[in-house]
Amino acid sequence: MARFILMRLLQAIPVLLVVITVTFFLVRLAPGGPFSAEKAVPAEVLKALEARYQLDQPVIYQYFSYLGDLAHGDFGPSFKYPGRSVNEMIAAGLPATAELGLYAMCFALLIGASAGIIAALKPNSAQDYIPMSTAMLGICLPSFLLGPLLMLVFGVWLEWVPVSGWGDIPGDKILPALTLASGYTAYIARLSRGGMLEVMSQDYIRTARAKGLPEWKVVLKHGLRGGMIPVIAFIGPAFAGLLSGSFVVETIFQIPGLGRFYVQAAFNRDYTMIMGTTVLFATLIILFNLLADIVAVWLNPRLRDLYRSGGA
Amino acid sequence: MSKAKEDSILSVTDLSICFKTRNGLTKAVKSVDFEIARGETLAIVGESGSGKSVTCYSLLGLIPQPPGVIESGTAQFTTEEDKRDLLSSDKATLRSLLGDKIAVIFQDPMTCLNPYLTVGEQLIEPLCQHKNQSRSQARERAIELLEEVGIKDAETRFGSYPHEFSGGMRQRVMIAMALITEPELLIADEPTTALDVTIQAQILELLDRLKKQRNIALIFISHDLSVVASIAERVAVMRAGEIVESGDTQQIFQQPQHPYTQQLLASVPSGPKPRQSFQPGPADQPLLRVEHLKTVFQGSSAGLFAPRPPATIAVDDVSFELRHREVLGLVGESGSGKSTLGRSVIQLIKPTAGSVSLDGQELTQLRPKQLKPLRQRMQMIFQDPYASLNPRMTVFDTLAEPLLYHRIAKRKNISAQVLALMDDVGLAHADIRKYPHEFSGGQRQRIAIGRAIATKPELIIADEPVSALDVTIQAQILDLILALVERHNLSMLFISHDLSVVRSIADRVLVMHHGKLVESGATEALWAAPSAAYTRSLLAAVPHL
Repeated sequence: MARFILMRLLQAIPVLLVVITVTFFLVRLAPGGPFSAEKAVPAEVLKALEARYQLDQPVIYQYFSYLGDLAHGDFGPSFKYPGRSVNEMIAAGLPATAELGLYAMCFALLIGASAGIIAALKPNSAQDYIPMSTAMLGICLPSFLLGPLLMLVFGVWLEWVPVSGWGDIPGDKILPALTLASGYTAYIARLSRGGMLEVMSQDYIRTARAKGLPEWKVVLKHGLRGGMIPVIAFIGPAFAGLLSGSFVVETIFQIPGLGRFYVQAAFNRDYTMIMGTTVLFATLIILFNLLADIVAVWLNPRLRDLYRSGGA
Repeated sequence: MSKAKEDSILSVTDLSICFKTRNGLTKAVKSVDFEIARGETLAIVGESGSGKSVTCYSLLGLIPQPPGVIESGTAQFTTEEDKRDLLSSDKATLRSLLGDKIAVIFQDPMTCLNPYLTVGEQLIEPLCQHKNQSRSQARERAIELLEEVGIKDAETRFGSYPHEFSGGMRQRVMIAMALITEPELLIADEPTTALDVTIQAQILELLDRLKKQRNIALIFISHDLSVVASIAERVAVMRAGEIVESGDTQQIFQQPQHPYTQQLLASVPSGPKPRQSFQPGPADQPLLRVEHLKTVFQGSSAGLFAPRPPATIAVDDVSFELRHREVLGLVGESGSGKSTLGRSVIQLIKPTAGSVSLDGQELTQLRPKQLKPLRQRMQMIFQDPYASLNPRMTVFDTLAEPLLYHRIAKRKNISAQVLALMDDVGLAHADIRKYPHEFSGGQRQRIAIGRAIATKPELIIADEPVSALDVTIQAQILDLILALVERHNLSMLFISHDLSVVRSIADRVLVMHHGKLVESGATEALWAAPSAAYTRSLLAAVPHL
């Protein structure tokens, strides 16, 4: 197992290198630059700025010098926010984004998996159709529509929760997390319904029933593990999507997260900021996928054996 | 019957079950009555779809409702403490009996044990559920019982997962699981069907011994009459949802009254090949010569860096000859490499080493294109005709394809040729535009055989061609194969795990074990005096009527 993890981490290095290289050259290929704002900057100021950030050097020199800094964990200075480094800005934005993503994931798993399991227990009945059509709605509604809608209903009309803010008033994290979770909840509901349906038709479920176990034990003890395997596989990519896709929700609910910096950086040609966030998200995506794979192996005794016999 | 009356544990009367389908109600069980006494073994035999499993599962509430509907019937279950009707009991009552007083052993131990839980966890479940035992008490009992059913090193095996056991060992675990609460009624649904014949013999013996020790009533559901003969005291024969005949095993097997029972018994392959048509010429050149054939499977790795499993030698240095117009049987248990050998011979799998020559022409060195004309001369019939026939092709398409591909028939007279083929294998002309799913298993195998003989091959490799079929259909297909061999001068390598089937069709037999040929010889000589120890144990394990 240790060997498996090590191998996967080593595999991640070339992947990251490709991401860095492609992003680095792509942003420089895009027309415009960090200092080409609407208001023309005097030529000598521009020159001085470019010299300061080494933008006057050949691109290939910039590339290797960036790689060198990166190897030391230094994402470089922000081009748009003078005096602030990308590291500082990530440190400022990441906690809120990570927290939001984590809550959204919890909501998605809790609501999605329960809905899917409930639906799978009585396929093609009202118990199946109601949660599943709701799930379909969740997939269809984009977050920029759902967010304001939730705000209106639960914040303005019902006044149950605050409509915006982050950590100021208790409960202000619920709506953004729910909004961000909606699509994932729906997808997880569908995945767990499919997984559970498949598992509940297996012969070993009949064996469990023949032991006289109560139905909830049959479902939770004998069915759940196998039924959740497709969901586990989805958690890795889902987490990645939650983190990098939080921009819209962060904007709607005024959350000081990383997503906003990311999009602004792209508009502003803030080269180092784009690079920093991209590298960070790529690393997280790789890590979460690895984590999901490890959990999947751990859940499946057959796979566990395969890796144990060959690895470690 | 008299014994059953005194000490009846389960008495079923007038049980009728139907299933709601798209085409209306289908009657699965029609007014079935049976009774079983404490300590007795009742076998319910019948072919697939006869309703034998549904009958038993319905008593336990294990058939899904809907679509299943129990229309009528009572099932008096009498324990030492009380007496109740299983069919009118509510779910909670039924659950309290299931896994406690009544236990079930299912057919396929591979799929019937939960792959995600340790064997120990699954074993102790009934004890914890019904006897309110603590996990450590239950664990102790489970380990004792595992030892009793013949699992060595039970302490450590307790924590193993099902996939770490062989098929036979898994069925032992299943038996231990059923017996752990000391049930009074045990229902075994085809408990040995998925097992090899030597393992089957061990499991049957174990079941019989445990049952006698504990005075359990055993309902043994099976399609295999020979197995039933060796274990049951009474037999009920089911057909299309009805019990057509029941009585003492001896009486049923020796003086069957109902024509269906008679037909069933007559279909069980027994004795040697009926027509000894094959007479080997002295200086006959063999049609097929296989020398030192070896096929090795490199384990394929699950991912780029995932560990690669070790290579398996499936066929290990096998040499044999197959003469013109000979039916050569190839027997062996699952995993012995017999199917791989068949596929290596016909070049569906490239053998690792050795030579295969057809009529003197070496096959192993040929490229796919060079093989094409030879493919016409050698064909294969597979076990499961449902899986090996393309579901989107009609009978006509399936049979016309090889004729056109090998340019045996011209497009304009293709219909006549296909119809002639259908006559040959006993299919009705009217069925020419039907798809595989519209046929029964036996008819599907007829289509598959028709496809194989379409190219007028000299060599046919038949891989378990009758194993998926019911015994009455099996007898018909075996007759058909023998007739075709004679009519078309075919030579055949007939692969099967079923020794009785092989005996009834083969002139000569090869016995395979762990990838190697352990014995070969003329069928009857080999049956009379097997020389290899493995062949002897194999023959000894075959249940007889």
